[in-house]
Amino acid sequence: MFKKILIANRGEIAARIMRTCRELGIKTVGVYSEADADAVHVKQADESYLLGGPRVTESYMKIDKILEAAHQSKAEAIHPGYGLLSENAEFARRCEEEGFVFIGPSPEVISEMGSKIASRKAMEKAGVPVVPGVTRSLADAEDAIEAAETIGYPVMLKASAGGGGIGMQVVYSADEVHKAFEGNQKRASDFFGDGAMYIEKLVEKPRHIEIQILADNEGNTVYLWERECSIQRRHQKVLEEAPSSFISEETRRKMGEAAVKAAKSIGYKNAGTIEFLVDADQNFYFLEMNTRLQVEHPITEEITGLDLVKEQLHIAAGKTLSFAQEDVKRNGHAIEVRIYAEDPKTFFPSPGTITKLELPEGPGIRHELAVHSESVVTPFYDPMIAKLVVKGTDRSEAIDRLKEALSNYHIEGIKTNIPMLQEVAAHEAFHVGDTTTEFVEKYLTKKKQKQTK
Amino acid sequence: MTEITASMAGSVWKVLVKAGDEVEEDQDIAILESMKMEIPIATDFDGVVKEVRVNEGEFVNEGDVIAVIE
Repeated sequence: MFKKILIANRGEIAARIMRTCRELGIKTVGVYSEADADAVHVKQADESYLLGGPRVTESYMKIDKILEAAHQSKAEAIHPGYGLLSENAEFARRCEEEGFVFIGPSPEVISEMGSKIASRKAMEKAGVPVVPGVTRSLADAEDAIEAAETIGYPVMLKASAGGGGIGMQVVYSADEVHKAFEGNQKRASDFFGDGAMYIEKLVEKPRHIEIQILADNEGNTVYLWERECSIQRRHQKVLEEAPSSFISEETRRKMGEAAVKAAKSIGYKNAGTIEFLVDADQNFYFLEMNTRLQVEHPITEEITGLDLVKEQLHIAAGKTLSFAQEDVKRNGHAIEVRIYAEDPKTFFPSPGTITKLELPEGPGIRHELAVHSESVVTPFYDPMIAKLVVKGTDRSEAIDRLKEALSNYHIEGIKTNIPMLQEVAAHEAFHVGDTTTEFVEKYLTKKKQKQTK
Repeated sequence: MTEITASMAGSVWKVLVKAGDEVEEDQDIAILESMKMEIPIATDFDGVVKEVRVNEGEFVNEGDVIAVIE
């Protein structure tokens, strides 16, 4: 096992990785920006290195600076966390070239799965169902219209390099393609440096259900069940649960096996997630693969009893998986909610200083956070400041615990989305499992309109 | 003359007007980026842009003047 690793990330995920490292007796190296000099993850690391200015482009995205810190600290491996450089093939390649183990899959796989067009092609080849679509890069609006007409409206116009909803739009007619194409292409180009666009059939009333996999260097690949992440706002997940309240045992098994097939077909190593869209008839379609640890990994840990970071470290250190598919158990029900520093009504960011932080305690409650009662939440990074994870023996108990925990979660000094999470937790549609990706728009927006009348 | 100010701290992602432009109520004059979100800053009346006080990429605090409109 490694003696020392560098964590190329910040916030709760850096703190989360450091926790497992401490348990395994691995020394940790933190990195930070000027804005994060007093951050929790810096204090928790055994040693830390300043990367540069507050913006991610001046600090956490600076590959040279991170590698310099890794050399200085004599770290053996680099864990990228999620976001930032975690799915950057160039970073993974540079880590390897400079003698560090990158805790994740190979640069080639990151690159292939990072392109929505290339990943679709790879999945089609592997026999994994994909949403009907035209996967070549579309030249212009006319080309897009021709493609849309072969699939049939409504379609989703998507950026090949996209994510988080950027460069993505539902279009219902040729006229709308005309209006949407250039703007989306430009945005994709501005955000991702790649304006390639493609078109997919719109899956109506979809659920977002993803399968966690683990794969070692010997080709042993297992699936750790699913997470349902349908409750989203602007394509960003808000609440995730495991297992899904929707799919049958048969669909669950088929999705798991498809995910394993997908991972094996591309020679995947380490932890990864295959995201699927599932329609009302439980047909599932490959959406994308995340070649890293995910924000919502704790709910899988809660129902399987595994530590995914520990498994990642073991795989990266060359160990063989210590269990087979039939050993992976499923126990209870877990829900995660993301606490965002934002106005719950306008959804505007709410940076500032936390003046009071009280966390709920009790059975089945877990926190993942890297803020305290004097932390400054800056405007430079993602608004997610904490994750609340609850577990119950079944879904009903997990929901009860979520409601109770949210009512005892107090943050002052900044606004948070806790009132919105309470609305979700209390909503009848959530209780009965009516959790398509349209949930927020269908139920919460409607309620707001009623209130303003 | 009325100053249009930033509603929160963030970076100026886009400046959409220049001095001399005529603007209408609810028209976006700039887009701020804060916590990876884009926030449009709009004028709430018709007028002419007298002065733009920010540049793209610049960091502004809540209350900083984005533009002056007459």
